[in-house]
Amino acid sequence: MALQGTCRDVGDVAVVDFSGKITLGEGSATLRKMVRQLVDSGHRKILLNLADVDYIDSSGIGELVGAYTTVRGASGELKLVHLTKRVRDIIQITRLFTVFDVQPDEAAAVNSFKQS
Amino acid sequence: MIPIQGLSSGVFSAFPMASAHQRVEVTLDTQLESVDLAENIVVRVAEAAGFGEDDVHKLGMAVREGVINAYNYGNAQDPQKKILLVVEFEPEKMIVHIVDEGRGFELSEVADPLAEENLLRTSGRGIFLMRAFMDDLAVRRGPTGGADLVMSKKLPHRAAGNGRQ
Repeated sequence: MALQGTCRDVGDVAVVDFSGKITLGEGSATLRKMVRQLVDSGHRKILLNLADVDYIDSSGIGELVGAYTTVRGASGELKLVHLTKRVRDIIQITRLFTVFDVQPDEAAAVNSFKQS
Repeated sequence: MIPIQGLSSGVFSAFPMASAHQRVEVTLDTQLESVDLAENIVVRVAEAAGFGEDDVHKLGMAVREGVINAYNYGNAQDPQKKILLVVEFEPEKMIVHIVDEGRGFELSEVADPLAEENLLRTSGRGIFLMRAFMDDLAVRRGPTGGADLVMSKKLPHRAAGNGRQ
């Protein structure tokens, strides 16, 4: 299934609920576009909910990293929550747990953003 | 050779040979759709060969990464060029070749994506993932000078150490 994302606000945190695959082509482009739009509209606390993302390839990982650096470049924070096993395994073996802040659940994730 | 038309990209040919040596060869167009197509083909072959769900996923992903490599780097997204996908079986293992029409490369040229200075790169993890998912990975020179990515995985009954013939 092509990647789809819907945004919602939890306080001042923008939560993006993704579903589908983050892969080369439309999927990774969707992620890139959505994060860029959030940053451009002033959001600095962004949480990506990947509960319904069961597949990611190297291009998808690249877009996640790109999203992270985009948000950081705007002095914001980007976090991940609800990784599926397959996505978690890829993040693990590529050492990206040292980059991404992966939270155990949404409530913990929302609370973990710095107070502004 | 039994050519089987019907796939949206290329011609699907099955070469039944000796029982222990079977081969599937597909010529793919250099287009984004070929990435999914190659993955789907290998997933089906791997399932038919008896691999478990986890290994089928790994095989599919490794081939996906290999074809992405051929599409982006080997053939530089040139629609005039082709990507050859070959799946063959030896008694002990399944072997996949992904051959492009580029200029070839050496594995030693590929930067380590786990190095601290490379962690925030948005590309460069494909080869690493292929190595992680397969038992072996090598790069040879293809017939037109491009890269021939050769990767293999032990067949399930062999990997489990059940060596009865």
